[in-house]
Amino acid sequence: MSSPSSTQGAPLAPEKRETFSSRKLFILSAVGSAVGLGNIWRFPYVAYENGGGAFLIPYLVAILCAGIPLLFLDYAVGHRYRGSAPLAYRRLNRKAEVLGWWQVLICFIIAIYYAAIIAWAAMYCWFSITKAWDKNPDGAGAFFQSDFLKVAPEAGVGFDFVGSIFVPMILVWLVTIVIMVAGVNKGISRANAVFMPLLIVMFAILVIQSVFLPGAIDGLNAFFTPDFEALKNPTVWAAAFGHIFFSLSVAFGIMVTYSSYMKRKSDLTGSGYVVAFANSGFELLAGIGVFAALGFMAHNAGQSVDEVATSGIGLAFIAFPTIVSQAPLGAVIGVLFFGSLVFAGLTSLISILEVIVAAFQDKLGWRRTPATLIVSIPVAVISLLLFPTTTGLYLLDTMDAFVNQFGILACALVIVIVLGSGLGALPKLAKHLNRHSSIKLGTGWKVLVGGVGPAALGYMLINELQTKMSEQYSGYPAWFNGIFGWGMAGALIIGAVLLSLIPWSKNSKLDDPEFHQHQKNVIAEEVPEKAGKEY
Amino acid sequence: MSAIAIIFMIISMLTIWGGLVVALINLSRHPEKTDDDVIEPAHTL
Repeated sequence: MSSPSSTQGAPLAPEKRETFSSRKLFILSAVGSAVGLGNIWRFPYVAYENGGGAFLIPYLVAILCAGIPLLFLDYAVGHRYRGSAPLAYRRLNRKAEVLGWWQVLICFIIAIYYAAIIAWAAMYCWFSITKAWDKNPDGAGAFFQSDFLKVAPEAGVGFDFVGSIFVPMILVWLVTIVIMVAGVNKGISRANAVFMPLLIVMFAILVIQSVFLPGAIDGLNAFFTPDFEALKNPTVWAAAFGHIFFSLSVAFGIMVTYSSYMKRKSDLTGSGYVVAFANSGFELLAGIGVFAALGFMAHNAGQSVDEVATSGIGLAFIAFPTIVSQAPLGAVIGVLFFGSLVFAGLTSLISILEVIVAAFQDKLGWRRTPATLIVSIPVAVISLLLFPTTTGLYLLDTMDAFVNQFGILACALVIVIVLGSGLGALPKLAKHLNRHSSIKLGTGWKVLVGGVGPAALGYMLINELQTKMSEQYSGYPAWFNGIFGWGMAGALIIGAVLLSLIPWSKNSKLDDPEFHQHQKNVIAEEVPEKAGKEY
Repeated sequence: MSAIAIIFMIISMLTIWGGLVVALINLSRHPEKTDDDVIEPAHTL
């Protein structure tokens, strides 16, 4: 990583900070970020496992009491302080910069393994046509583990590369870097404006096709039948809060970064509600599509839906290939499903990478292209060294589990405590959100962010700490989880502290005249406007 | 599909997709405002 002192002779930034050219493009990009792999392969099973139809109640409570309030917190910080995560938090309070770098490093970890899953999904689009998994007599699971990933027998780190993953991963990184170099308007906005409508149309066709499969109704019956007893179980409520939290991409630094590109007079809360409900709307569609397909799979195997229901990698790369092989027009189902994973994944990967690119762009004060390349190429190289290997799956599994819980969740908890109780920033941020927004926030928002937020996040984190400490994650060796799980999560904090200690040079965006102008405008607008002037 | 499952399917669709429609209607009633400087930039003064 370059220090600011290395910017001598580097291309400095004469250009203005980019803004999304319209509200529609911001919303599309924010939805593109929120709708990721989790919406497709995680939500359906979480809902099914935690009360089926009755899960709607804790789910809606979690959206309204934690998801949307925390989303608004991210919007307020990014939009008020108009910077990447480290810069925005630093402008809020000098000592808070470290929180932004923590988020940048979390995004680095997620980016390096996310690209691998997108590459797998891209390959499975092709396999859906060739039905490559049919050649393995032990089924799609054996094909995935042995033939495709060539998984080593024991967890470890090796550099036995698998060409059929390495090549698509290079392509994923090339596409992503091209989009990132093009910038906020020509890259991120355009990519989302193309990929998101495509994703929605493809997924809608997939759902329609799935619900007409034999047995689909049994799947939907299992998915929507409510189990009211589940609502008495606190773990069901924790599952709802946990799912919403990860699904909405709050506390990753993504929404801080994206909202910093919104125009000053943006309707932050009105846009936020659209993003949150669009994300949930897609999840519901995914639940219907996935369980209709699982209903068909159960029907074909003469099993109950309960026996075939699964989530994550097992759902996408083992259950779905089986469905593709058995269903009428299975190849179409496969291309639509895995194509949806690719587009949902790409739009999320772009947003994750933008957190890192924007942070370094601000700190170095460089123009878009050199800043993007200096960040994206090393990230891509690390990703390509670690994940298209025979040990990549183990690494991905452990890093994903630990970065989610002891990265994102822990960081979110620290942020709500620091901003709520430590710095007392919530009244100022609420005032900022209310300035131009259609839905005004009151004391309720401050209570939800400063009270309910820490309580819910704290409960989840303690639960996770107990689970992870009581047994070795996935049965991997202690040294492996120690280094790539606990060690990695700890290293993110140490790295964040070190990065925050690097001084901001005069070339950086810290004293950007454009921000001072923004600040003056924001302060001038703090004078209450006359009634009726706004609209 | 059982009656209770159908009811919960409809409730889920109405609350979540309905919520999206309400949010979109709210947004469309509040058109985008243009950013003009409240305080003129120093160089134009």
